[in-house]
Amino acid sequence: MTKILVIAEHLGGKLNSSTARAVSAAAAIKPEAIDVLVLADNVDAIAADAAKIEGVSRVLTVARAENAHPLAAVLAPQIAKAATGYSHVFAPSTTFGKDVLPRVAALLGVAQVSDVMSVEGAHTFKRPIYAGNAIITVEADPNTTIVATIRTASWPAAATGANNAPVEALSVDVTLPSHTRFVELQSGKSDRPDLQSASKVVSGGRGVGSKENFDIIFKFADKIGAAVGASRAAVDAGYVPSDLQVGQTGKIIAPELYMAIGISGAIQHLTGIKDAGTIVAINKDGEAPIFEVADIGLVGDLFKIIPEMEQALA
Amino acid sequence: MKILVGYKRVVDYNVRIQVKPDGTGVVTDGVKLSANPFDDIALEEALRLREKGVAEEVVVVGIGPADLTAHLRNGLAMGANRAIHVVTTDAVQPLTAARIFQKLIEKEQPGLVILGKQAIDDDANQTGQMLAALWDRPQATFASKVEIADGKATVTREVDAGLEVIEAELPAVITTDLRLNEPRFIKLPDIMKAKSKPIDTIEFGSLGVEANDHLKTTHYAAPAKRSKGVMVKDAAELVAALKQKGLL
Repeated sequence: MTKILVIAEHLGGKLNSSTARAVSAAAAIKPEAIDVLVLADNVDAIAADAAKIEGVSRVLTVARAENAHPLAAVLAPQIAKAATGYSHVFAPSTTFGKDVLPRVAALLGVAQVSDVMSVEGAHTFKRPIYAGNAIITVEADPNTTIVATIRTASWPAAATGANNAPVEALSVDVTLPSHTRFVELQSGKSDRPDLQSASKVVSGGRGVGSKENFDIIFKFADKIGAAVGASRAAVDAGYVPSDLQVGQTGKIIAPELYMAIGISGAIQHLTGIKDAGTIVAINKDGEAPIFEVADIGLVGDLFKIIPEMEQALA
Repeated sequence: MKILVGYKRVVDYNVRIQVKPDGTGVVTDGVKLSANPFDDIALEEALRLREKGVAEEVVVVGIGPADLTAHLRNGLAMGANRAIHVVTTDAVQPLTAARIFQKLIEKEQPGLVILGKQAIDDDANQTGQMLAALWDRPQATFASKVEIADGKATVTREVDAGLEVIEAELPAVITTDLRLNEPRFIKLPDIMKAKSKPIDTIEFGSLGVEANDHLKTTHYAAPAKRSKGVMVKDAAELVAALKQKGLL
C-alpha cells in the first residue's frame, strides 16, 4: 500500500508553491493516495489552496495556536503521529522542510532521503551530493516509512485549480514542548517576484562593486519582471541581504532565464543554478568559469551593457 | 557549561571531485581532506562562547577511522580543550551519527551541542535535527547569530523568508550557517600545544549504538553536462537572442 503524506509549507496564511512541487514528486510514485497535511493556527485558507492541487486526495488539518510559526520541535511530533499508516512522508527541501523533516525521521527511527531530484521507483531515488558534482541512486528499506525532502528546483509545481479534495480536521493527541519559542521574522519584504519560484532571475555578484551600484540590477530586474538574486561574494560584501543568495549554501533555483551579472561562477554558485533553463553570463573577464555553463555569454562592462539592454528593450 | 562540537572530516571544498567510471563511488584516494567548513564555524562559535565566559570547556567530537586523530589535533590546535574520537571504519549515516552523539551526551552532559548545518560531502543536513529529536531538546538550525543568557539561546536563523529569531531553552542543539562567524587560523605554537591535549578514543562497538542501514547507495554518476553555449558581441545581440527564445 503506497500512501504519501505531503507536509504543506506556508507563510502569512498562504500556501507556498514548494508544496505543489512536493506533490509532483509524490505523484511520480503513482501512489494510491496523496494527502497534504496543514499545520497552522488558522488553517482554512491554506487548506483551501492545497485542496485545489491536482493529484491531492485529501487535505488534513491540525489547527492549534502552537502551530502559528513553523517551529520544528513543535511540528515534528504532530507530523510523526500523523504519519501512521503512510508509506511515505514528503516535505519540500526548503529551509522549512530541511528543519522539520529530519526531526520527524528520527522520531520514527528511520533514515531520511534529502533533496530527491528524481523518482526511480517507490523506494529508489536520485539525489545530489558534493554540491551537485555527483548524483547518487539510493534505495530505501521498503519495510520502513520513507521520509524524504524534495528538491524543489527539480520538480514543476503540480497544476492547480481543477481539483477539489475534501478537507478534514485531524486530531493528533501529542503533548507539545514549550522549550522552543518564536520571537520574530525579519523578512526582506519586496514587491518583486519570489526568488525561488520566479521564472526569470537576474543575479549580481562582486563585479557590481557596491550596495549603491546594485540598484542597476534591481532596476533591470524590474524592467523584465524578474526576481533578484546574488552571489555569496555580493552578500558577504554587504551589497544585498543574505536571503537573496543563490548557491549551495543559499537558494537552489531553476528559473527559465537566469542572468549572472558580474558573477565569476564559483562551484558553490553554479550548484544553485544547474537546472536553470537558459543561463546568460555578463562579465568583463572572458576567462570567468561562469562562461563554461552559460548558454549565452557576453564579455564586457556591465555598467555599459545593462543600459544598452534597457535601451534595446525600450 | 560544556559545549560539544561535531567535527567531520570531508574532501576539501576546493577539490573538484571525480566520479569513478564504474559508478561505485567518488575518487577519494590522494585527495585533500579538511574539516567540514560548517564544523570549523561551529568550533569557532564554541570558542567565542568560552572566551565570553559562557562556556568553560569545548570538546570536539569526530567519528571515523584511526587516522582521524591527526584531524582532531587541528580542532585542538584551533582551541578546543579536548577531543573524543569514536573509532569506526564504516561510513556513518546521519541517524547513526545522531545516536552516537546521544550516547556521548548521556556521558558528558553538555549545555550545548553545536554542529554544522550540513557536511559538504553527503549534503544531508540532518544530523543536528535528528540529535535534537532523540535528545528531546530544542533545535536552532541555520544559525547566523547566537546569544546565550539566562539559560536560553536566542538564535537568528537564515530561512528562505528572511531572518527568523527563536528562543531555545538550554540544553539545545544549534547548527551553523555560513554567516555565523569567520573561523580563526591555526597558529604554529598552538599546533605544538595541541599535541599534549587529551583525545579520548571510544570504539564504536562499545557504545551500544545500532548502526542504521535503511539507505543503500547503489550507483554514483556524474551530473549531466550542459551543452556548450554561444558568445554574443553586444547588448543588442543578447537582447535579440533572448527575444528569439521567447525569454524577453
